Amino acid sequence: MTNHFLVHETTDTVGVITVEGVEAGQEITGWQVDTDGTLKMIAREAIALGHKIALVDIKAGDTIIKYGHDIGKAVADITKGHHAHVHNIKTKRW
Amino acid sequence: MGSAIPRFMGYRRENGNVGVRNHVVILPLDDLSNAASEAVANNIKGTMAIPHAYGRLQFGADLDLHFRTLIGTGSNANVHSVIVIGIEAGWTGKVVEGIAKTGKKVEGFWISGHGDLKVIEMASRRAHQFVQDATEKQREECWLNELYISTKCGESDTTSGLASCPTVGNLIDKVDEMGATTCFGETSELTGAETVCATRAKTPEIAKKFMDTWTAYNDFINANKTNDLSDSQPTKGNIAGGLTTIEEKAFGNFQKIGKKAMFIDVLEPAQAPTSGRGLYFMDTSSAAAECVTLQAASGAVVHLFPTGQGNVIGNPIEPVIKLTANPRSARLMPEHIDLDVSGILRREMTMDEAGDKLIDIMLRTCNGRFTCAEALGHREFSMTKLYRSA
Repeated sequence: MTNHFLVHETTDTVGVITVEGVEAGQEITGWQVDTDGTLKMIAREAIALGHKIALVDIKAGDTIIKYGHDIGKAVADITKGHHAHVHNIKTKRW
Repeated sequence: MGSAIPRFMGYRRENGNVGVRNHVVILPLDDLSNAASEAVANNIKGTMAIPHAYGRLQFGADLDLHFRTLIGTGSNANVHSVIVIGIEAGWTGKVVEGIAKTGKKVEGFWISGHGDLKVIEMASRRAHQFVQDATEKQREECWLNELYISTKCGESDTTSGLASCPTVGNLIDKVDEMGATTCFGETSELTGAETVCATRAKTPEIAKKFMDTWTAYNDFINANKTNDLSDSQPTKGNIAGGLTTIEEKAFGNFQKIGKKAMFIDVLEPAQAPTSGRGLYFMDTSSAAAECVTLQAASGAVVHLFPTGQGNVIGNPIEPVIKLTANPRSARLMPEHIDLDVSGILRREMTMDEAGDKLIDIMLRTCNGRFTCAEALGHREFSMTKLYRSA
């Protein structure tokens, strides 16, 4: 079975696409690394290899959690299944 | 030493340090001496010049770092012998004296009062002897825990934090238990993960030393920045690969020191480890060639370099082993990738298997196998300059 995305920790709000060619509307399978579990969800837009997908609905101002830690803040709403990157997330440093 | 510790064939040096290469280096003291150094390396086959941009009118801590980097480079156990060429006798002699403490053959030449051509002839005759001696030196059986291994990642993307950096971490945990010496750096690239990193210090004193070092670097960035660094850190390549913020990049980077190993000291840039065998943190820039140059100058003899988007780096002194978990980079840039661990992302390879594969390719490299970067002639040598010259 093809694995399409990975999630580091159960508390994470974003996962990482690990294959090329994920399309909008595609059902994708993920690997929850810390529990060795399997996840399923729908990609709501095309997302490139290595880019992040929102695992939950995220509001502007929310802290983004990856590796179980704070990796920045949302600067726009990101709905579940959408691409999470520099257009909707910024650093809290610098 | 236990039979569980792997062995390889390396070069045992006069001071007991173990190397994996046998370079005869033509080392310029300064920018002015690059031409003569390169001419000597061109005359005498099997020698290597290491040209660089600096060495004039530096002062204070910046000058100390310049000397420490050059002396450390020449003193590295991968180096058999050294010719130092400078514009004048004083600073040339200082570098020669520093390298001579290792017991290896080193001789200095200066251009003032002689001119390039006379210096090239004298230095070439000496280099001729050195290279004949070096080529007679035999490899001997050495133990993995006699190695000093450095690591730094570059052109990272999210696959680095998911798989290639944790593969290095798996190796670090394993070789730390065997008693090897290892080193990580990239002070600025721990920003966001700095307090978590501090919990991996062996003692509260070392944790404080780490936090003081990180804070000083962060203050320097804040004092000099003109924007949010979104074009520099993460880099354009990082962002193309899916990394969004420095915090995310830092947590990926941090995976390189594994889950168990604790760091036993904080080193100045290019400072040799002197607190015994174990994991060290070194205060470095996060630019790949600058960091690896400093680690090699501190004595590291083999380097582990995870990459996502495909950094092509090598180093003149220590072989740089590159690994990637990005299947696209592995497919499109195979001549730069020594180990493909993208199978982890497909759940076809465990982290433990990947760590063992990395130990295997590291030992083969230590035995003499050329890395991708060595075969391609990548010898990036970038001196760190702390501030303007006087």
